[in-house]
Amino acid sequence: MNQPILHTQDLQIGYKNAIASNVNLSLQPGKLVALIGANGIGKSTLLRTLTKIQPPISGDVYLGGKPISDYSSAERARQFSIVLTEKLPPSNLTAWELVALGRQPYTDWIGKLSDVDRQQITQAMALTQVTDLADKRHFTLSDGQLQKVSIARALAQDTPLIVLDEPTTHLDLVHKVSLLRLLKKLTLETQKCVLFSTHDIDLALELSDEMIVMSPQKTIQAAPSQLISDGVFDTIFKDEHIVFDVGKGKFIFRNL
Amino acid sequence: MATTRHTILFWLLFSGTVLLFVADISLGSVTIPVREVFKSLFGSSSKETWDYIIVNYRLPKAITAVLVGFGLSISGLLMQTLFRNPLAGPYVLGLSSGSSLGVALVILGSAVMPGIVGHFMVSSYGIILASCLGSLLVLVAVLLVSKRLRDTSAILIVGLMFGSFTNAFVGVLAYFSTAEQLQKFTFWSLGNLGNLSWTSVSILSVSVLIGLLLSIATIKPLDALLLGENYAKSLGIRYQRTQRIIIVATSILAGSITAFAGPIAFIGLAVPHMAKLAFQTSNHRVLFVATLFFGAMVMLFCDIVSQVPGTDLTLPINAITSIIGAPVVIWLLLRKQRFNA
Repeated sequence: MNQPILHTQDLQIGYKNAIASNVNLSLQPGKLVALIGANGIGKSTLLRTLTKIQPPISGDVYLGGKPISDYSSAERARQFSIVLTEKLPPSNLTAWELVALGRQPYTDWIGKLSDVDRQQITQAMALTQVTDLADKRHFTLSDGQLQKVSIARALAQDTPLIVLDEPTTHLDLVHKVSLLRLLKKLTLETQKCVLFSTHDIDLALELSDEMIVMSPQKTIQAAPSQLISDGVFDTIFKDEHIVFDVGKGKFIFRNL
Repeated sequence: MATTRHTILFWLLFSGTVLLFVADISLGSVTIPVREVFKSLFGSSSKETWDYIIVNYRLPKAITAVLVGFGLSISGLLMQTLFRNPLAGPYVLGLSSGSSLGVALVILGSAVMPGIVGHFMVSSYGIILASCLGSLLVLVAVLLVSKRLRDTSAILIVGLMFGSFTNAFVGVLAYFSTAEQLQKFTFWSLGNLGNLSWTSVSILSVSVLIGLLLSIATIKPLDALLLGENYAKSLGIRYQRTQRIIIVATSILAGSITAFAGPIAFIGLAVPHMAKLAFQTSNHRVLFVATLFFGAMVMLFCDIVSQVPGTDLTLPINAITSIIGAPVVIWLLLRKQRFNA
């Protein structure tokens, strides 16, 4: 196996009380990894801990074999980029300017863009198919468009790892599918690792290379097929009306 | 890219500023022809009294107007991005009130202080120091409270409350002071760009320069902050450090200006929006320069109006900026239903 981009060692996450313990993950280049689990299980906390927004209770997160705390904030910005669901503060930013901000870790003290920077911006916008939105102000974009522009920004940051917090949340089915297909395409074409949390388990099962499943007992990482045969999905929801159908590979409802 | 448009706009702004600067020096209670104004600036005019008026009165006043315009507008720009609130500004958030409190303590309370300290405190340096500390105190207080608030519009109310609080304190101080002290303080609080000696103008220039240099250092992080705190951090911005520089810079700018020119309303709030509207961008490199020019122009214009050309009348500058500024802000709000920072 290659050296993972990011891995954790006996990570324990949470604020004062541990939400999840013994979390051992490994994120490899070129993989699309989905993080799933019920509401309130700690998906966001895990992502926040992996991206050093929040400190772990114990254990550590390693980037390229080095503890994440050994990196300066500028170095970290070249290792991973994030896409959040939070609303942007009011501003006049256009889609292009928003993507251009992704180049900040590479620009000089006043933020002047070089030709390489502009090239990366153009490339990122082409890959995510938002080139025609370039001059639009960010607040005029639809949720789906803004999500793609945010992904373009993360791409422009040119990091081996991109972490997305529930990127499919406010989207309808068509946009969900197209967004996840886009993420899949990115991992194949750029050899980046893309980690995203989601509630769309069916779609994630179809498209992702690996899944991280959080349940009250433990946090497991494996390929979707492996997880299915291990019967992991039965443990996610504690609800007799929702059952995982191994044959179909998706959740079905019973006795509603 | 709108670069050509920006270049044209910058040239317009530059010429406008120069024009208003000359107009500000030329107009006043004593009519002096523009040709003579230039003569006295670069040598001497035909009348000695004209020279005296220009060099010792009008020139320092015009320079003060420019410095005040620079400083207040830039501190407004920094605060609007830092607080993610398009209506933030040094006056609205109570910085000017904090400065007032500092100055009030010095002017009205100097009698109680022991000899040398009292003497130092009523000097320009003492007033500047007290004023900067006053605005720093309020800004830090607003920031601490705003950390606990999710709603960014609530910080305006917090600023308002700190303003009322400090004003009430000033009121209490005023109640116990002599008529002479009170008069001195009242004149200060109405704002005044004139009556500054060249020494005061130099002190103010140095303070504003320091504030502006510190602000320039935050231009890149400010751009990242347009995405919010978490994104900015993920882009490698050292948030705490940026925040501290902005606090120090705005306190120096708002504090020193308020110390010399009195509390001046609306410039910090309205001017950055003029820059944002004219240049249609959020890029702080562009906005910084544009805000500087707009700030200088607006203050020069207000100064020209305040001395009521052709008459002996001089109106308090704070009244003028409010009379012009308040409708501008309301117009801005109406024009842009979805107010963009």
